[in-house]
Amino acid sequence: MYQLLKQIVKVGIKTEAPPDTDDSLRVVSQRLKQEILGVFEGSLAIRHVDAGSCNGCELEIHMLSNPYYNIEALGMKFVASPRHADLLLVTGPVARNMEVALQRTYDAMPGPKLVVAVGDCGCTGGIFGESYASRGRVANVLAVDVSVPGCPPTPVALLQGILTAISSGAGERS
Amino acid sequence: MAFDSLPVELSELPGAVPAWQAQAGTADLQNICQAVKNQGGRLIALWGTDEQDRGEGYTLHLSLAKAEGLLWLRCALPVDQPKYPDLSPIFYNAHRMQRAARDLLGIDADAADRRPWLRHAAWRDSDRPLHRAHAAGKTFEAQDSEYAFVSVTGDGVHEIPVGPVHAGTIEPGHFRFSIVGEKVLRLEDRLGYTHKGIDKRFQGMPLADGAKLAGRVSGDSTVAYAWAYCMALESVAGITPPGRALMLRALMLERERIANHLGDLGYLGNDGGLGFGLAQFMRLKEDVLRLNAKLFGHRYLMDCIVPGGVACDLGQAGFEAINIECDTLMHDVRLLKDIYDDHAGLQDRFLTCGRLTPNTAGKLGVIGLAGRASGQAWDLRAQARPAPYDLLDARMKTHKNGDVAARVNLRFEEIFESLRLLHVLVERIAPGDIAAPLPATMSAGIGLGWAEGWRGESVVALESGADGRIRSCHAHDPSWQNWPALAFAVNGNIVPDFPLINKSFNLSYSGCDL
Repeated sequence: MYQLLKQIVKVGIKTEAPPDTDDSLRVVSQRLKQEILGVFEGSLAIRHVDAGSCNGCELEIHMLSNPYYNIEALGMKFVASPRHADLLLVTGPVARNMEVALQRTYDAMPGPKLVVAVGDCGCTGGIFGESYASRGRVANVLAVDVSVPGCPPTPVALLQGILTAISSGAGERS
Repeated sequence: MAFDSLPVELSELPGAVPAWQAQAGTADLQNICQAVKNQGGRLIALWGTDEQDRGEGYTLHLSLAKAEGLLWLRCALPVDQPKYPDLSPIFYNAHRMQRAARDLLGIDADAADRRPWLRHAAWRDSDRPLHRAHAAGKTFEAQDSEYAFVSVTGDGVHEIPVGPVHAGTIEPGHFRFSIVGEKVLRLEDRLGYTHKGIDKRFQGMPLADGAKLAGRVSGDSTVAYAWAYCMALESVAGITPPGRALMLRALMLERERIANHLGDLGYLGNDGGLGFGLAQFMRLKEDVLRLNAKLFGHRYLMDCIVPGGVACDLGQAGFEAINIECDTLMHDVRLLKDIYDDHAGLQDRFLTCGRLTPNTAGKLGVIGLAGRASGQAWDLRAQARPAPYDLLDARMKTHKNGDVAARVNLRFEEIFESLRLLHVLVERIAPGDIAAPLPATMSAGIGLGWAEGWRGESVVALESGADGRIRSCHAHDPSWQNWPALAFAVNGNIVPDFPLINKSFNLSYSGCDL
C-alpha cells in the first residue's frame, strides 16, 4: 500500500486543459435550442457504438479517460445503456451487419439526442467505402450533428467534436 | 526444408520469411493436413478466391505453418461442384474459416455445421459477394436470418444474451451464455458484425495502396499488418528493404507491442478492482503514443511502414528520446508490477481465473500471446526470425498455467523484453536508406508476409495481377484461432469474471470479421 500511495503522490496530477470548440467540425447546424443545450452542459452521458470500425478509433476513445484528458472531470461520462445517453458516438463505416443494432441503439436513447460520427470512416466511409458489406458513412444511416475526421482522430480532436456538439450558440438544425 | 516430406511439389517463395507454395488436389488435402499436424505444424488460414475470369473455377487456399516456415497450399475447385473435404477434424480452427469461405464464395467443406458465419442478413444464401463478376459497389437483397445457437438444457439452466452492442467502448459481437446460478456452462460467440468486405475491397487496388488497407484490418495491430502486407509485396517484387528500414520496422512493432500491453495491463487491473492500475498504465501508454506522434508523425504508427521500407527516418535525438523513454518505462513498469504482485485482492481475481490448459490450447491451435500463456511455444521473432529478428536474439516467454494471471505476467515479461529489444535496435541501427524503390512495372505473382504482432501472428497472402494491381489479398488475424479458446477458458467460471477473462485475451473482432 505504501508503494501504491507513493506512486500516486509522485506522479501527481497529469490532467491538461481541455481544447476549445471548433466550428469547422460542425457539419450541419445543430438541432437543439440553446435552452436544451443548457441541460447537457456540465453533465453529458455518452454512449459509444462501434458500427464496424477497425478498432483504431476505440483506442483513442479509451484514451479520453486517461489522466491527461480526464473526460470525467469535464462532466462527461460513458454509459452502458443508450437509455441513459444524451450523445451517441459512432465509429466506423456502418457495417451492414451492424446497421440494425446501431439503429436500435439510437432509437433507445431518449430525446433530445446528439450524434457524433467519429473518424474518417464515420465521416465519409473512409478506406472501406460503400459495398455489399458496408453502408459507408454514419450519415447514411443516422442524422449526424458533428463529424470528427481523423484516422483515428486524436483525443483532443474527439474532445473538440463533443464540445462542439453540445456547445451553446448553435443554431437550429436545418 | 520444412515441408519436404509432403506429397506435393514445393517451390520456394522469395522474401523475408521461409515460405513455399504448392498445388494440391482435393483428394490429398486431408493427408497433407494430417502430415503437417503430425510433424508439429498447424493451420493458420483458410480462404477462397474466384478464378472464373481465367476460365477456371475457384481456388481454396490454406496457409500452414511450422516453426521453420510457411506453406501456401492452393487447391483448384470446379465451378459446378466447389466442394472439398472438411478439415476441422484435423485442425479445429478450420471450422469458422470454412463457413466464412462458404458465405463469401459458395465453396463448401461439406461439414456438419451448415450455419453461416459472416453472412448475417446483408446478402442471401445464394449470393456470392466475392465473385469477380460483381462490381465493387454491388449490393444484394437483404435476407433475414435466424442463428441457431446451441442450447443447453437441464434444471435451472438459462441463457444470457449479450451484444452485439456491449456495455463499454469495445467492438461488437454477440455472446450467448448458458448458465446455472452464476456459473457458466457454455459460452457461444457469434461474430461477423464488423464485416466490411475487406477481401473484396483489396481486389483491384493499386499494389502500393494495399498497405494502408492492411494497416486497418485491426487498428491496434496496424504495424504488424502493414509490415506483413509490405513483406508480401516485396516478395512479389523481388526487392529487399534496406537494413535501416527493417530495424525501424522492428522498432515500431515493439513499440506497438509495448503500447498495447500497457493498455491491457491497465484495464486488467481495473477489471480486477484496482482503478489505480488503469490510471497509471494509461498514463504510461499515453506517453508512448505521444513519443510516437513526435518521432513518426502518428500516435499508432499508421502508414509509417510502406512498401519497400518505412515512411520516415529518425535522427540521433529521436533515438536518444527512445532510450530515455525505455529507461523510464522499465523503472515504472517494474514498480507497478511489484504493486500488482503484492496486491492480494487483485491476485485473488487473477489466479486460476479463466484457465485454458496447455492441452486444450494445443488442440485448438491457440496462438500468440494467449497461446504462449498456455504453453504454446510459437513466437515468430524467436523461430522463423524474419529480418531483422535474425540479428536480435528475441527471447520467447511462455507460461503453463493459462489463467488470467499467466496472461498478465506474460504481458509484463514481454514489455521488459521489448524494452530490451528497443535498446538493442537503437544501438545497432546503421546509417542508410529507409526505403528501396519498387520496380516501375510489376509482374503477376504471389507473396506471403508474416509478422508477430502483439496479439499473435498477422499473415498476409497477396496475389498481384499483371496490371500492377492486387488480384487478391487475404489478411489473417490470430483472433480466428483464439476466439474459440475464450469459450473454453470461461467454462466453469462465474459470469462476473467474464469481462476480466475476455480482457486478458483481448481479441480482435475487426481482424477476423474482415
